[in-house]
Amino acid sequence: MNAKQRRNLIRILIAASLLIALNFVDVSGGARFVLYLVPYVVVGYDIVLKAAYGLKNRRPLDESLLMTIATLGAFALAIYEDGDYTEAIAVMLFYQIGEWFQSYAVGRSRKNISELMDIRPDYANVETDDGLEQVDPDEVEVGTVIVVQPGEKIPIDGVIVEGNSTLNTVALTGESLPREVSAGAEVISGCINLNGVLKIRTTKEFGDSTASKILELVEDASSRKSKSEDFIAKFARVYTPVVVACAVALAVIPPLISGDWSTWLYRALIFLVISCPCALVISIPLSFFAGIGGASREGILIKGSNFLETLANVKTVVMDKTGTLTQGSFDVDAVHSKNLNFDAEKLLHLAAHVERYSTHPIANSLRKAYPDERDDCTVEAVEEIAGRGIRAKVNGQIVCVGNEKFMADVGAKSVHCHKVGTVIHIAVDGQYAGHVVISDAVKPHARQAVDDMKSAGVESVFILTGDSEKIASKVADELGIKNYRSELLPADKVAEFEKILSAQTGGKVAFVGDGINDAPVLGRADVGIAMGALGSDAAIEAADVVLMDDDPLKISRAIKISRKCLGIVKQNICFAVGVKVLCLILGAAGLANMWAAIFADVGVMILAVLNAMRTLIAPK
Amino acid sequence: MKKTYKIDVDCANCANLMETETKKTAGVKDAVVNFMTLKMKVEFEDGVDAKEVMTRVRDNCKRVEKDCEIFL
Repeated sequence: MNAKQRRNLIRILIAASLLIALNFVDVSGGARFVLYLVPYVVVGYDIVLKAAYGLKNRRPLDESLLMTIATLGAFALAIYEDGDYTEAIAVMLFYQIGEWFQSYAVGRSRKNISELMDIRPDYANVETDDGLEQVDPDEVEVGTVIVVQPGEKIPIDGVIVEGNSTLNTVALTGESLPREVSAGAEVISGCINLNGVLKIRTTKEFGDSTASKILELVEDASSRKSKSEDFIAKFARVYTPVVVACAVALAVIPPLISGDWSTWLYRALIFLVISCPCALVISIPLSFFAGIGGASREGILIKGSNFLETLANVKTVVMDKTGTLTQGSFDVDAVHSKNLNFDAEKLLHLAAHVERYSTHPIANSLRKAYPDERDDCTVEAVEEIAGRGIRAKVNGQIVCVGNEKFMADVGAKSVHCHKVGTVIHIAVDGQYAGHVVISDAVKPHARQAVDDMKSAGVESVFILTGDSEKIASKVADELGIKNYRSELLPADKVAEFEKILSAQTGGKVAFVGDGINDAPVLGRADVGIAMGALGSDAAIEAADVVLMDDDPLKISRAIKISRKCLGIVKQNICFAVGVKVLCLILGAAGLANMWAAIFADVGVMILAVLNAMRTLIAPK
Repeated sequence: MKKTYKIDVDCANCANLMETETKKTAGVKDAVVNFMTLKMKVEFEDGVDAKEVMTRVRDNCKRVEKDCEIFL
């Protein structure tokens, strides 16, 4: 609560207790009027002043002015009928309660959401001659070595030069399992160092570091307004003038026909109380803001309210295969020996040796499958033959590792493999020895992710891949996806995506990729989702929704969160507009009194704000 | 040229009013007021003095909403 909120709360409390106390005071006439004027002035003086200011600037539809007219009007009627002043004061009192609640609730949610995204580092420790010095991370130059103590946030992206530790990345990715890091590892800002002391050489400036980028992105997100927000802003611009015009008509036309001025004036004042648009206007951006905040807590960054809206209407999801549905790193699937002199173990051993110096992903996977590669065997005369494979002399024998063409070149008769995947053939001294099958494993959650998407209301899922037909169909089968397009060059991917896009009627089309080589498709999609984007600026730039880690389950989470958020937005619009219109009709018919009008204004706003706060609780 | 300013305003509708007023101010190409983060993004016309335009924006906004503030 800030000073202004505290002051207003005190005013509200004083006015309310005075109003209650006055019910027990038995005075009448002028003295009574003066006594009742006190709580009105206490709670409403600023509104009256603002109304005068609005009048001076010729703004007849100013909210304060409408409230002042409504309350003063009610006062005047009460004097005329020598009745109850409570109503007039109550309108002003509840109006102020509403304003107070709105300011308090919005302030609280602002605070809540910024706490959710509490990844902004406050300082960096730089080593100097007199020990560690805390400096503003903005002043740390690239290449400086900074020290991160246990319990501190890593302030700037960099590479560890000394130390081992585990990092808590939950604020960035939503992943609660800590990550082990040691010297040489790249680390990103915003992670919390859990145990060891780390010395980190920074590779970026503070402003370009992951934490700063993410914060900027989330803060900017609610500036891109959704259709619902635009709608409600336009509605508010029309709503108030129309209701005020109705109020004037109500106050003048019926009494001209039937007389009874005071009854119709009272009904017109009810209209003025309901004419305030704030309940409508506040709940919509608040819902979106809370939705974006709730999603970012789970490592899902949505770059705008408009994208959240689109995401909620996604009916088709098109996915890249490698790195999105599959690990993107290759694993040895099978080793088939075709020569009695070489068993599976020996084949892997030889293949790993030949690939010793290669950095190709396939070489990595072979070395991973045979971890004791650096034994005392001699490996010499390593020669890489482009588009074929690698030849090397291992313990005096010429070993060739590569594809079928390579085998044909060296005169070895290769055997075709029945398994799906990338097949690596091995020949020793021109004799075919066998082959190793390597495949890109499907991510552990991929199948569940596809099922979840379908249960979240996605009607069709496509795979687009540059891989061979056989591999694509195997992965599609495994995941229960019927539609896939294989053997696509990057340009084909865009063309194929355009086809899907133009075939789509009704819903929206999302594309999910790893953001590395599918930026054109990401840009073309109604909503582009990049995954595993932590630390990849290009992906964060190109996508509309960024999944911080590479778990495909997050796709359906993102869709579910956006659906829930949009549901709440619609509820609020219908509820707020509905209650207001209902109260207007009842008020015109004489069936609603001032208290109903107060509910339509303040009550609806409080309920709509509370409903909007539900978006923060992400759906299960 | 685009610039972001911190603002202070109490109600969401007032923020919308500020946005409308800012857009109407001469020298402003486009403006977005973000009530939730209390920030205002202003895109200026080419070759205008941002400071001078923003003083006018602030005056216009204060006219529609007395209690608002733009931190220049």
